[in-house]
Amino acid sequence: MGRELTPYLVLIFVGFLPNEIWRILGLLVGGGLDEDSELIVWLRAVAVAVLAAVIAKLVLVPPGALAAVPLGVRLAAIGSGYLVYGLARRSVFAGLVAGEAALIVGGLLFPS
Amino acid sequence: MPPAPTQLPVQSSAAAFLAGLLGSCRSVFALVLVGTYVGIGALAHDFGFSLPWLMASTVLIWAGPAQVILISALATGAALFEVALAVFLSSVRFLPMVVTLLPLLRGSSTQLPDLLVPAHLTSASMWVESFRLLPPLPREQRIPFCNGLAIGLMLWGHIGSVIGFYLAASLPALLTAALLFLTPMSFLVSTARNSVTLANRLALGLGLVISPLLVYFQIGLDLIWTGVIAGSAAYAVQRLRGAS
Repeated sequence: MGRELTPYLVLIFVGFLPNEIWRILGLLVGGGLDEDSELIVWLRAVAVAVLAAVIAKLVLVPPGALAAVPLGVRLAAIGSGYLVYGLARRSVFAGLVAGEAALIVGGLLFPS
Repeated sequence: MPPAPTQLPVQSSAAAFLAGLLGSCRSVFALVLVGTYVGIGALAHDFGFSLPWLMASTVLIWAGPAQVILISALATGAALFEVALAVFLSSVRFLPMVVTLLPLLRGSSTQLPDLLVPAHLTSASMWVESFRLLPPLPREQRIPFCNGLAIGLMLWGHIGSVIGFYLAASLPALLTAALLFLTPMSFLVSTARNSVTLANRLALGLGLVISPLLVYFQIGLDLIWTGVIAGSAAYAVQRLRGAS
């Protein structure tokens, strides 16, 4: 039984709780704030910047199989995705498809 | 025009929940989440985790990057404390996300417990889609709509997990790489799409520049520092522009 339960205890203490703390803190901090308050405007910019950092890290120091794709291909792919998103009148779908296609084509042309 | 019929609150919130659930099917993130979790499912399978464990981790954690860190770090035998710390540091974004989502969700009769579920369900995909879809809705429908949306997106993730778990052995490495690439690519274009204010556009651009510098110079807590530096600079520029 212990063997069945242990992975779930690890999940709760090592995965769930360290992650959930931020959401609970957000709930406690944000309980009484107004939509147009300056703190909210600032925090939205902070949230976007943290998201930008997550994007940059996933491209520059990627997890698992993505690390096997050369850095130049990853950068070219994210750049082309963004370019096509802009050219296609800010279509998220078009940007996503273009970026993915660029990554696959680049990965085939420049195998690691 | 006759006055709108007064619906029972239970009915209208159930309808809003359903509308959110259906809204998730029309979101580009349905596709992104299926693909992302096919990648995570394959990762979990290769590292010897069970499918129920993976699905429980999606329900409890609901953050792709944190789940990738958890699975790969546990599999490589990192110390549990180190893994917990890595997950903790990767999830800072949820604090500002939850804080900024709450005013959008809150109505006149909203109690703190009503916000527990949407706070737990907050993820980058749900946050981005909430700012796109919630503003036109009446306040009393926003919480159930948002819950439906997030649970719908999570179901797409579960579908992806099952596919990825069973296909793991036959997925070419380049395809797995392309699936892992869905997260940064979709985060970038959808955040760009949603960043309408000067502060948010600048925060995105500055964050993309500052974060690699902090990583390159091996400065710790790079996500937090990027958020505070780039976010504050962007906010300051917007205020100065507004004041002039």
